[in-house]
Amino acid sequence: MSGVVGQVLLVAVLAVPAAGAVVVAALRHDRAARLVGTVAAGLTLLAALPLVTGGDAGGAGTDPSPALRPWHQVDLPWVPGLDLRFHLGVDGISWPLVVLTALLTLLCCGFTLWKVPSGGSGRALVALLLVVEVGILGTFLALDLVLFFVFFEVVLLPMYAIIVGWGGPDRHRAARKFALYTLFGSVLLLVGVLVVVTAAGTADIVALTGGTGLSRGPQLAAFTLLALAFAVKSPLWPLHSWLPDAHTQAPTVGSVILAGVLLKMGTYGLIRVAVGVAPEGAEWAAPVLGVLAVAAILVGSLVCLAQTELKRLIAYSSVGHMGFVLLGVATLTGTGLRAALIGNIAHGIITGLLFFLAGAIKDRTHTGDLANLSGLRETAPRLAGLLGFAAVASLGLPGLAGFWGEAFAVVAAVQVGGPLWLTLAVLAALGGALTAAYLLRLLRQVTHGRASSAVARLGPGVARAELLTWAPLVLLTLAVGLAPILVLGVAQAPVDALLPGRP
Amino acid sequence: MSMVQTVDNIALLPAYLAAGTAVLVLLADLLVARARVTVSAAALGALATAAGAILVGGGGERRTFCVGADCSYVFGGRAALVAVLVALLTLGVLGLSGPLLRAGATPVGEYCFLLAASMTGGVALGAAGDLITLIVALETLTLPLYVLVGLRRGSLASIEAAVTFFVVSVVATTLSLLGAALLYATTGALHLGRLGVLFAEQPELLDIPLTTVAVALVVVGLTVKVAAVPFHAWAPTTYDGAPLPVAAYLSTVSKLGGVVALLAVVQHALPARTTGPVLALLAVLTMTVGNLVALRQRRTVRLLAWSSVAQAGYILAPLGALALAAGRTGDARAAAYAAAVAYTVFFVVLELAAFAAVVALRPAGADGGTLDELRGAARRRPWAAVGLALALVGLAGLPPGLAGLFAKVTVVRSLLDGGAGWLALVVAVNAVLGLAYYLRVVAALWSTDRPAAVPTDPTPAAAPTDPAAATGPAVTGPAVAPAEPAAVLVRAKPVAAVLAVATVVALVVGFAPQLVLDLAAR
Repeated sequence: MSGVVGQVLLVAVLAVPAAGAVVVAALRHDRAARLVGTVAAGLTLLAALPLVTGGDAGGAGTDPSPALRPWHQVDLPWVPGLDLRFHLGVDGISWPLVVLTALLTLLCCGFTLWKVPSGGSGRALVALLLVVEVGILGTFLALDLVLFFVFFEVVLLPMYAIIVGWGGPDRHRAARKFALYTLFGSVLLLVGVLVVVTAAGTADIVALTGGTGLSRGPQLAAFTLLALAFAVKSPLWPLHSWLPDAHTQAPTVGSVILAGVLLKMGTYGLIRVAVGVAPEGAEWAAPVLGVLAVAAILVGSLVCLAQTELKRLIAYSSVGHMGFVLLGVATLTGTGLRAALIGNIAHGIITGLLFFLAGAIKDRTHTGDLANLSGLRETAPRLAGLLGFAAVASLGLPGLAGFWGEAFAVVAAVQVGGPLWLTLAVLAALGGALTAAYLLRLLRQVTHGRASSAVARLGPGVARAELLTWAPLVLLTLAVGLAPILVLGVAQAPVDALLPGRP
Repeated sequence: MSMVQTVDNIALLPAYLAAGTAVLVLLADLLVARARVTVSAAALGALATAAGAILVGGGGERRTFCVGADCSYVFGGRAALVAVLVALLTLGVLGLSGPLLRAGATPVGEYCFLLAASMTGGVALGAAGDLITLIVALETLTLPLYVLVGLRRGSLASIEAAVTFFVVSVVATTLSLLGAALLYATTGALHLGRLGVLFAEQPELLDIPLTTVAVALVVVGLTVKVAAVPFHAWAPTTYDGAPLPVAAYLSTVSKLGGVVALLAVVQHALPARTTGPVLALLAVLTMTVGNLVALRQRRTVRLLAWSSVAQAGYILAPLGALALAAGRTGDARAAAYAAAVAYTVFFVVLELAAFAAVVALRPAGADGGTLDELRGAARRRPWAAVGLALALVGLAGLPPGLAGLFAKVTVVRSLLDGGAGWLALVVAVNAVLGLAYYLRVVAALWSTDRPAAVPTDPTPAAAPTDPAAATGPAVTGPAVAPAEPAAVLVRAKPVAAVLAVATVVALVVGFAPQLVLDLAAR
């Protein structure tokens, strides 16, 4: 594939959903608008998939900078006065996330064809989903720090609107909390980004990666600010408290996007921007990050053990899972970063599936209370089976997607060695066991026992639209679990380039 | 030295045009006495002023009323920018005034004349080259506003607002004048450029206590005009009591005037070493207090007033950073001034859009009302609600209001360039506070719930009409009075046009902020 085609595809990945959102918002006919939105999301996925080809995944790209070699890039001036260039690019770290985002958005848009959550109109929801997609994809593709910040911000208000417009009974408070927490993170990101830009005189991530442009002082300041910003988004304990509320109150499609890809903006930013631009700062802060990550794993799992509400439990499980991802990043080893990347993808797929299933169960039974959901296996065996599959994948069963990220985060911590990291590894492994405990508890409560009154009314059927939506996620869970090379193959070279001289 | 000066009339052309507009309006009101003609004359005059300022400003800097190298009237790039902005904003406010003037409680001729007179002050202000011209121009801008604020017949709130504004503003002017006089006493200079040179050449001047007092008085007097904390208390009362278009004028043109005056003094005349720390402190106080108090507001215009207090803090912040930039390059300082100007431009555009949307959402001639009265407004007037939402989101500094986002980026950037990282963090945290109340307004627009006391309403269309009917002369609810909406829409045509233009301008400068940054750096 020639360079021009790659550039066209890169721009198309952002332009198609953006244009789709405008068309969807302009159309009067609700169902036609949702269809157009779904087609736009599909085209975006089609544009994102071939980005992997043609680029030089092996190494020697066209750019002389060794630390970051995008497969394709577009670089146009936008606001010279602010050092802002419209610089997009894709490499092995961002491409899997781009595809995951495009896929989950397509599934969510397709899902709204079948069922629109109560609240506002369906076309408004689809338009907002597409705008969120533009923001997330832009964040993953941006190779300019200021542009990265702009896209990071784009996501905030549409997601707020999705929660407020189509959410649960306590949506206003949850949405406001989400918006304010996230904005707090992103203003820190703004200051951090501009600290880097003023100190280095450029906002080009390609030029900045490897920390060559920055001395130690600005690196420490920048990493502190950036890590805090991404810790809110990821979220890292103790800055996570927006997450359970937002995930629980959001409509199903909102929760899927939130947990599936929105959180990844934080971990991706941590790897690409914080570690990439300020490696000295990262090394300096790594122990703190590691301790907080393990605390997140333990706190997340312990809180999950005490949860009585289905969606809230899944939401809190994200805190633990993202803890593993952050632990992987904190080790600053190749193994750790690869574990983080695959953990990101796996969590996106599995938690996306879990939220879809939880939404389906809540829609049918009108309750999310675990005590009222017993005996699901009796009346809705397929649903219960899928939930079992997703839960087992989530707890990290070998052979399914969730295993690699968690196991190798622990392995990476052991590799780093020393009393601190060994302790962290042991505690993280313990956290993994707790994860198994709460997910098995969930399964026992939901699938076994006598059917409760809410569950007894259920029919066994699963709609075809639902199956179509869930099937790709189930297949991907298996595929990534059996062949992690799907993600790791493309991520190998960029991770090695990012951490020269490390295992 | 010759006692007869040559006057460069071309440099004065925009000011002539603005003053001519005022005279024309007066004559039109006297001779034709038809509201439509009077308003049209004022609008045409404002357009002509803007065109004149563009023409003159495009031809390079022109100086006149010079004594040696010092000139009292310098019409350069920034003066042209200010003059164009003032003229266009005045035009916008005229457009918003339609419903108010038709409601009949306000005399049309006087209203338009006073606006044009105030515009004249604004046009001259940007070009002022000495302290006296500066203060006289600022007073020419402000003086008509005392009357405009209280012009609504039979409104007690309006009178109260006017008196508050008058008293505070006159005290501020007195302080500025006293400061200017003391500066003259210690330095023997009044021209901004001459003062700057004197302070640079003779740093020992700053050791005279009287100089410090003089500098402080000038700065404090001018910060009252931008409604910076702790000299802000007049703003909420005045904005809320004034007719809506006048409040729009106060928060755009009048604030712009204050910023321009402050900038002229800080940039050219007074030493940054003295003014910097004061302005940095004022900036922190202004944004924090403004945002915190705005959180608790229940009335729309009061909320906008407090938010505009907070926004003044963001404008002052780059000027405050100069305190720490004393040893830095001229580039960093120029960037700080340009950042303040750029933020002001972004801000006035968004603020005008916000007020235009509020005017469009409210019954003709009504005041801003409470937030509860805006509930569900998106159902009645979706486009106006979208306009208000965009403007508020822009003021909060978030996409899709990219103009506001880049405004914040510009300010934070200039602060970090100036080495004032802590101030950048304060600005950043304040942006979060700001979002909290802007979101409340935006959420209210699309809210389907009745105000807190009443449970969910099955027929949302009926909800907003009750409070509107209670306070305003016109009923806006389509369900209640089927004949009324058409009339309201026709009346609101210029308002809709202003809203549309302001929104489009905000979107354009959002996608191409370089336009504003280039203009601001001139």
